[in-house]
Amino acid sequence: MKRRAVFIALLAAVLAAAQAEPFFDAARGRTPIDKETAPPRLLNQINDDQRLPRNYRYQPPVIPHRIDGYQVDRNFNKCLDCHAREKSDFSQAVPVSETHYVDRDGKVLTHISRRRYFCKQCHVAQEPVAPLVGNAFKGDAGDATPLPAPASAPAR
Amino acid sequence: MLKTLRRYWDIIRRPSLHYSLGFLTIGGFIGGIVFWGGFNTAMEATNTEVFCTGCHEMRDNVFAELKTTIHYTNRSGVRAICSNCHVPHNWTDKMARKMQASKEVWGKIFGTIATQEKFRDKRLELAQHEWARLKSNDSLECRNCHQFESMDFTRQSVRAQNMHSTYLASKEKTCIDCHKGIAHRLPFIPPGDAPTDTPGQAVPRAPDAARSP
Repeated sequence: MKRRAVFIALLAAVLAAAQAEPFFDAARGRTPIDKETAPPRLLNQINDDQRLPRNYRYQPPVIPHRIDGYQVDRNFNKCLDCHAREKSDFSQAVPVSETHYVDRDGKVLTHISRRRYFCKQCHVAQEPVAPLVGNAFKGDAGDATPLPAPASAPAR
Repeated sequence: MLKTLRRYWDIIRRPSLHYSLGFLTIGGFIGGIVFWGGFNTAMEATNTEVFCTGCHEMRDNVFAELKTTIHYTNRSGVRAICSNCHVPHNWTDKMARKMQASKEVWGKIFGTIATQEKFRDKRLELAQHEWARLKSNDSLECRNCHQFESMDFTRQSVRAQNMHSTYLASKEKTCIDCHKGIAHRLPFIPPGDAPTDTPGQAVPRAPDAARSP
């Protein structure tokens, strides 16, 4: 009997605690698990052309401008239209790193390496949003120089 | 031959026997209005989006591509239809372009670009015609809406400002030099095939054997 009373008291306490603190999740907000959340507002990508520092060594630099509608396919690469090394004189854009002109065998090419062709696989445009969850990550941003080109072809 | 011509010439020269001068002048005037109105209405009808997308060559290729671009959908809802960019607004230029377009009727009848593969193969040539046209008229169809004098550089991004205040302001470049492929996807431009100011860098190509069409 006494055991039962303790159990009921515990249950009541748990229920009360649950009521005192309603459900909250950083990504979902207060929407209960069994309901669908309203999608967040779509924002325009950051377009201020201010280069952002790297957050850690070897981070692919992020894109400080809008890239929506950029054609990057087997026919044409809009990014390289300004960022290709031979174009950057005219466009004043940051030229693509020299490492991107080296194929996997260490051969230096006149055009962008095929494995580096799809820019948006690593470089991303930024949205003006705050992170959903806190993050204490501290990278070593000291590395401002790009990766050195591989000296010779790796043994195959 | 000469005899028939002479007979008609005589009929035209002879004064009218049955119709009064009033009927002929007023009737001619009204007939002229009807003809001219009909002619212009018919020509305007060939300028509509419904007409352009009436055939699958346009509807399934270039019009489908336009739909994802800012000239089809944007925040203020101002949009460009095919003829805004591809047909000159000026009457004489428009007539010249419409006469050129008879070649396109030929192409439609004989199916020059009737399949997606045919269109893909022909696409660079077609694009180069349009680039050449816009280059030679200083991007007139762009400038019908986008007037340089009305551009507020402070509302543009930094890199747009840099380009427009130098190359465009000095008339060294015209719109189409940099803005190729804003309303449609760009075809592959083989290195060396491009005019010097065509965007078109060396795109790495897989060996032909490994390439799927």
